[in-house]
Amino acid sequence: MTAHVPVAVLTAYATGELGADDAMAWPVEAHLETCAQCQDRLAGLIPAPVGEMLAETRTAILARARNGPKPARRRRLRRLTHRWAAWSVFPWALVTLMAVIAAFLLDAAFPVRSAVVLLLAPVAPLGGLAVAWSRRWDPAWETVAGTARAGLELLLRRTVVVLATVLPLLAAVGWRLGTNPALWLLPCLTFTAAALLLGGLIGVSRAAVLLGGAWVLAIVLPALVTVRMPVFVQTESLPGWAVTAVALIGLTILRAGDHRHLSK
Amino acid sequence: MVRAVSAGEVAPSTQAWQVEATGLRVKAGSRLAVDGLDLMLAPGVHGLLGPNGAGKTTLMRALATVIKPKDGRLRLLGHDVRDRRSLRALRSRLGYLPQQFGFYPKFTVRDYVEYMAWLREVPAADVPAATQRAIDRVGLTDRAGSRLKSLSGGMLRRAGIAQAIVNEPDLLLLDEPTVGLDPEQRVEFRELLRDLGDASCVLVSTHLVEDVVAACSDVLLLDQGRLAFRGLPADLARAGASDGVGDSAAERGYSVLLRDHRSAA
Ligand SMILES: [Zn+2]
Repeated sequence: MTAHVPVAVLTAYATGELGADDAMAWPVEAHLETCAQCQDRLAGLIPAPVGEMLAETRTAILARARNGPKPARRRRLRRLTHRWAAWSVFPWALVTLMAVIAAFLLDAAFPVRSAVVLLLAPVAPLGGLAVAWSRRWDPAWETVAGTARAGLELLLRRTVVVLATVLPLLAAVGWRLGTNPALWLLPCLTFTAAALLLGGLIGVSRAAVLLGGAWVLAIVLPALVTVRMPVFVQTESLPGWAVTAVALIGLTILRAGDHRHLSK
Repeated sequence: MVRAVSAGEVAPSTQAWQVEATGLRVKAGSRLAVDGLDLMLAPGVHGLLGPNGAGKTTLMRALATVIKPKDGRLRLLGHDVRDRRSLRALRSRLGYLPQQFGFYPKFTVRDYVEYMAWLREVPAADVPAATQRAIDRVGLTDRAGSRLKSLSGGMLRRAGIAQAIVNEPDLLLLDEPTVGLDPEQRVEFRELLRDLGDASCVLVSTHLVEDVVAACSDVLLLDQGRLAFRGLPADLARAGASDGVGDSAAERGYSVLLRDHRSAA
């Protein structure tokens, strides 16, 4: 701001002598936009009728701001829940809660032979994953699927919600039963990663159903029928679970781009 | 939350066509609903007409990047839809009202439009103002706090339009937007359409020929997954001046053009 607008030019601008369509007015206006000092000088130079009109306008605007419709309240918490929650997972959360409690009661009744909670741990998050990203269960799927945040970002948010529901539940019953936390945590994470990894190729819903079904048919049912707990829920399989979990989580991160394409 | 805006996002859209489809084939289930479509769309309001099962909704879904084309080339706003790197940036410039648009019943109109603005990556600081503006434009200002499940069909449709325009998209896809609107609301909606078509490319799929005549700058007639006719709304009326079935000249023209296309095929 080196040169201010000369008084003569500013007076001509204030009285309208220097019209808005005059090319000479443009540098004056450009300067006025940023210079408070010249704005003040201009205010002193404008003719009385213009001054009155401006004062009236100011009063009207202030009155409207005071008496007009109130601005909508800021609702941070509400917005936050909307952005994180996957609305369709609520019924699933209830079903999972009941299943885990039922498993807990069985284990508590037959503490020596039974490990139903551990058999359930790998598949506990899968139902939620199947539901959270399913066309059938999410009423707004069609509207949401073509948006910028659909795909990877929403998927990760919904996975976090599902895990945040399942893990505390398993932690609570595991603690009551006195089981080694790694025995439910590692299988739970392994299957979650596997569902996301496979989901990049065939869709997360389908992958979750497939993996959950395979685990139930191949491991859970035989175990319940023969009343013999498989090696997968015993402490000696922990190193195996750990290696698989780390490998699958790594692969899932590497293949995250698979969720960025169009659905088939 | 502040999001970095890349140079590419703020660059003016310089591509000549908002939609460029060549030999486009899209499946609906096991059926090829769009079968070898060539289509170029520039800014303006384009009306998409056609009988049930012509492939209108499938075409809209493919343009909305909801389903993947089976075959052919599809470029939207200058980006190939199969290009993973540009998909997210492309999607933030799209607006889409599906024919059957589901919603979360407990959301209010404001919740819903705000949520969709966030999903479409409207910068966080602009979300409240953009939401209010979209709600005002569809005339739902005094129902902004109402839950979606309490709205009438016409109001729901307008809430759906509000979420589609909240990011001021460069390509706006509206599938049957006038369903459930009363005559007065339809007139207001046509004004909104003309307004939107000044700056962006709007494709409106409808079964109401009168909507197209009143609000669109050109008419596309789709039949069996292909473009049967493209012209001005006035061409419809001309074709139906002395022939065809329907209540108005444009409706008769629609039936004539469809019949001619089918007998030629
Ligand atoms: Zn100055």
